[in-house]
Amino acid sequence: MIALLQRDLRLALRAGGGFGLGLAFFLMVAVLVPLGVGPEGALLARIAPGILWVGALLACLLSLDRMFALDFEDGALDLMAVSPLPLEGVVAMKALAHWLVTGLPLVLIAPVLGLLLSLAPGGYAWLLASLFLGTPALSLIGGFGAALTVGLKRGGLILSLIVLPMYVPSLIFGAEAVRRGAVGGDALVPLLLLAAISLGSVAILPFAAAAALRANLK
Amino acid sequence: MSIWEYANPKKFMQTSTMALPWVSGLAVVLLVAGLVWGFFFTPDDYKQGSTVKIIYLHVPAAMMAVSAWFMMLVGSLIWLIRRHHVSALAAKAAAPVGLTFTVIGLVTGAIWGQPMWGTWWAWDPRLTSFLILGLFYLGYIALWAAVEDADTAADLTSVLCIVGSVFAFLSRYAVLFWNQGLHQGASLSVDAEQHVSDVYAFPLWISIAGFLVLFVTLVLLRTRTEIRSRRIRALMARERAEA
Repeated sequence: MIALLQRDLRLALRAGGGFGLGLAFFLMVAVLVPLGVGPEGALLARIAPGILWVGALLACLLSLDRMFALDFEDGALDLMAVSPLPLEGVVAMKALAHWLVTGLPLVLIAPVLGLLLSLAPGGYAWLLASLFLGTPALSLIGGFGAALTVGLKRGGLILSLIVLPMYVPSLIFGAEAVRRGAVGGDALVPLLLLAAISLGSVAILPFAAAAALRANLK
Repeated sequence: MSIWEYANPKKFMQTSTMALPWVSGLAVVLLVAGLVWGFFFTPDDYKQGSTVKIIYLHVPAAMMAVSAWFMMLVGSLIWLIRRHHVSALAAKAAAPVGLTFTVIGLVTGAIWGQPMWGTWWAWDPRLTSFLILGLFYLGYIALWAAVEDADTAADLTSVLCIVGSVFAFLSRYAVLFWNQGLHQGASLSVDAEQHVSDVYAFPLWISIAGFLVLFVTLVLLRTRTEIRSRRIRALMARERAEA
């Protein structure tokens, strides 16, 4: 499993691996939104939690279709399926790799973008915490969606249609935590619920995604 | 005699051929009775006027939209566990029907909401979770349409239906957390202190029953269509193989 993780990380970090694409997209969103809605700080501060979370969501989505597609095309996925490592483990490792190269950088860069969107000072800690706890669920749900659509020609479009509705609970709790944190309210409850979604996803989704992969590889 | 006999497509076709006229007839009778009684023989509400009568479309459609997803969930589970093709096809057949009910629920709600709440749309928990349910239906239907191999499609959509159920359920409660809304609570519960007056409730129950039977009719019809198209495909494949 470790070897698989290292391989995926290496592939992602090398040239052409698409590393940083999501990050750049996230930055773009944070730059474009103020250009679109105007530079008033009060307005931006109010919508910043939502924009940051929506941006993180879409940035995550951007790199999902690569999660299994490349390995599916060159046959590596078939080898993984017949290897002693259970397919559930493969899925979990791939989701972890996706989180490490997409989710974690988003978490780290988010405070800087919060600054651009004049997020209230109280919100930064909650922004970091909520993205840190919430993005694993995004990678896992995305992994499930990618497993469902891996054999399809226009998989990317259907992938977003399937994955985005499932992102709704995470988005709601994540943005709510930041919003409450920014105004000094009780942000712990949505944060805990967000963490619960992530933990539940870790527990359940690798099995669902592995089942989908098996159906696709049959 | 057990329910699993209907897993045999032939048996299913035989029985549904016999049942269909009765079921569809019952649907028509119940719908006509419920809607006509509801629209023409109930008094106008003292506050809402005659717009109250949209309830006879709105509530049953909304109930069936949720029930249809539940039926798809059961069908998907049966397919994954016992590999009965009819159940997978029934789940496939139910999806567009459920989506249509969702849209009817949303549209009638908007038409009612405009004069009553003063807005076509509000980001109210029920409305929002219904919209999200509609998105889940769309994803499910799109996946069925996109996968070429029929069995793979059935597998994938079944898994999606199960996982989607969990997330649709989560969304429902997440949305409640997110915004306390305009929509009234359940008004048909028999045990609650306050509920819809009997004058409105009786025709409403009838039209709910009508929508339920209508749903059964449509799913039977569409499942039969799916089975027939599956047979045609098998026949054409055989002809090509022989030629």
